[in-house]
Amino acid sequence: MSKQTSGSNGSNGTGGNGGYLEFERPLARLEKQIEELEATQAASGRDHSATIKTVRAELARERQALYSSLDAWETVQMARHPKRPLVPDYLRLMVRDFAELHGDRNFRDDRAIITGLGRIGNHKAMFIGHNKGKDTKERLENCFGMAHPEGYRKALAKMKLAEKFNLPVVCLIDTAGAFPGIGAEERGISTAIAVNLMEMARLRVPVICAVIGEGGSGGALGIGVGDRVAVLEHAYYSVISPEGCAAILWKSAEHAKTAANALRFTAKQLKKLDLVDDVLPEPMGGAHRDPAAAADTLKNYIVDNLTHLKRCKIETVLQRRYDRVRNLGSFFTAPAATSAKTTVAKPRAAAKAGGRRKTQSVVVDKA
Amino acid sequence: MPKVEVPEGVWLRCDGCSQMIFKKVLEENLRVCPLCGHHYRVDARTRAMQLCDTDTFEEFNAELVSTDPLEWTDSKAYTERQEEARKRTGLTEAVITGKAYIKGRPAILAVMDPFFIMGSMGAVVGEKVTAAIERATDDSLPVVIVTCSGGARMQEGLVSLMQMAKTSAAIARHDDAKGLYITVLTDPTTAGVAASFASLGDIALAEPKAMIGFAGPRVIWNTVKTELPEGFQTAEFMLEHGYVDRIVPRSELRNEIARIIDYCGR
Repeated sequence: MSKQTSGSNGSNGTGGNGGYLEFERPLARLEKQIEELEATQAASGRDHSATIKTVRAELARERQALYSSLDAWETVQMARHPKRPLVPDYLRLMVRDFAELHGDRNFRDDRAIITGLGRIGNHKAMFIGHNKGKDTKERLENCFGMAHPEGYRKALAKMKLAEKFNLPVVCLIDTAGAFPGIGAEERGISTAIAVNLMEMARLRVPVICAVIGEGGSGGALGIGVGDRVAVLEHAYYSVISPEGCAAILWKSAEHAKTAANALRFTAKQLKKLDLVDDVLPEPMGGAHRDPAAAADTLKNYIVDNLTHLKRCKIETVLQRRYDRVRNLGSFFTAPAATSAKTTVAKPRAAAKAGGRRKTQSVVVDKA
Repeated sequence: MPKVEVPEGVWLRCDGCSQMIFKKVLEENLRVCPLCGHHYRVDARTRAMQLCDTDTFEEFNAELVSTDPLEWTDSKAYTERQEEARKRTGLTEAVITGKAYIKGRPAILAVMDPFFIMGSMGAVVGEKVTAAIERATDDSLPVVIVTCSGGARMQEGLVSLMQMAKTSAAIARHDDAKGLYITVLTDPTTAGVAASFASLGDIALAEPKAMIGFAGPRVIWNTVKTELPEGFQTAEFMLEHGYVDRIVPRSELRNEIARIIDYCGR
């Protein structure tokens, strides 16, 4: 599917360099070459099909190589790509009969988070997601998807509504972070996020979360606690933006690339650290090259997991949700002697080999 | 604010009122300036001593240390940074947890340390706080957490962020079991810690003038480009906006906690 559309990508990207990121330049060159060959072929009537075929094969190889090994900084570029599908795109492509519900019933309707009822596969569900906005006007209205406290409270209000009517909750995450502003602090942004973390841990309906673009810190986690957490292949999920991290630890935002690599926040890396459950593959070249295919993958993931979760007793679901979150990032050890030299253990060794469980049992013995 | 110290380190100039104060007097006064009431930051051990009945603090999980999951290095390796923090503070991590008695009332206590990598929360802090809350739930005891943190620990990446979810989930269970949770917000309580367990107390106490907030003032300034209001992100600001129940001077904390346990504890 993605192959077909990648053919038409050439024309997608031909409006100048638009749509190509710095590291995609080599691909752009090849795509242009193909186009030119096709143009001369059409104009002169001479047969270039063999050459075109060779270049196409090279393009396919290059693509495969490039997109399967994006580094962290390239991933950030992909996650922030101006053409990357946003939450409303996914809702349009995978949800039927979406009925948006506004407002937190307290202060106002925060446009940075969109909430509403809809149908996905055979399921009815509450959908909650960040909305970065599609054009300048909308982006400004939505604070670029950076929510205020009322956004998190709106999300919680709709989750509670879903709980009351036994509807599962689907959260789509795409934000640089919660909005850092005076009003946000005045209205208790910390508390709003904290309360969501607590309530999502015990919400008595299945909750599925997916990071579709940027997973920015507490602003992402504020709608990110659930039974399953997936990350799209070229999305990222981080404790802090690479720029912010660079500014603090490297004393300059120019080291963002270094910080990005250090933070290990790409989907694959997070999966390796067992911090997310699943990595959802994207169409070749990223979700923006074929939004319908990307939405299809996400939809199948959500439908399959909802089907599974709805078969389980809610007590079981809640216990597993607790255990899941309880074991996230258990990268610690208790050296017998507290000699400070013994601290370094390989992450995989700690995570696998029952290392987690062992440390858990240490936890109780001191009592 | 210039801090002038006499060679012997006997006197120091108060950060609050710029008067010269006797160091010993400061220590005896729970590290609060006797002249202006400025609350100095307190290390975790001293704080626990200030709050608990003598020799009743029985520590849990004292030996837990991070395994450096990201194999992190910035200007310094994370392992080295931890090592230095351990040497400087005498602690293994940025929080100590345990069971203690406060004016005769049993409680689970967690105290964060501002001097251990900014009191930041990584896997160990998350685990120790979570285990402490779980213990409180299991033993039907109140839990008191003295918060003091720059937020999630960047050197552990998303591992740190997930500790916010983990600690908050434990509080949800404690809450379901009708357990009491008291927070004491001290300077500074910010970012990832503020946006998780620090803001979930049934009763939220705060020390005077403590900085409490989510985003750093500089980040906010860079976003909104306007003057930040006077007293922004202080304990008083949080009280005024409805996020803190009481501002309690350090000398009164023990009494206040005991009093609340009498009202709400079992």
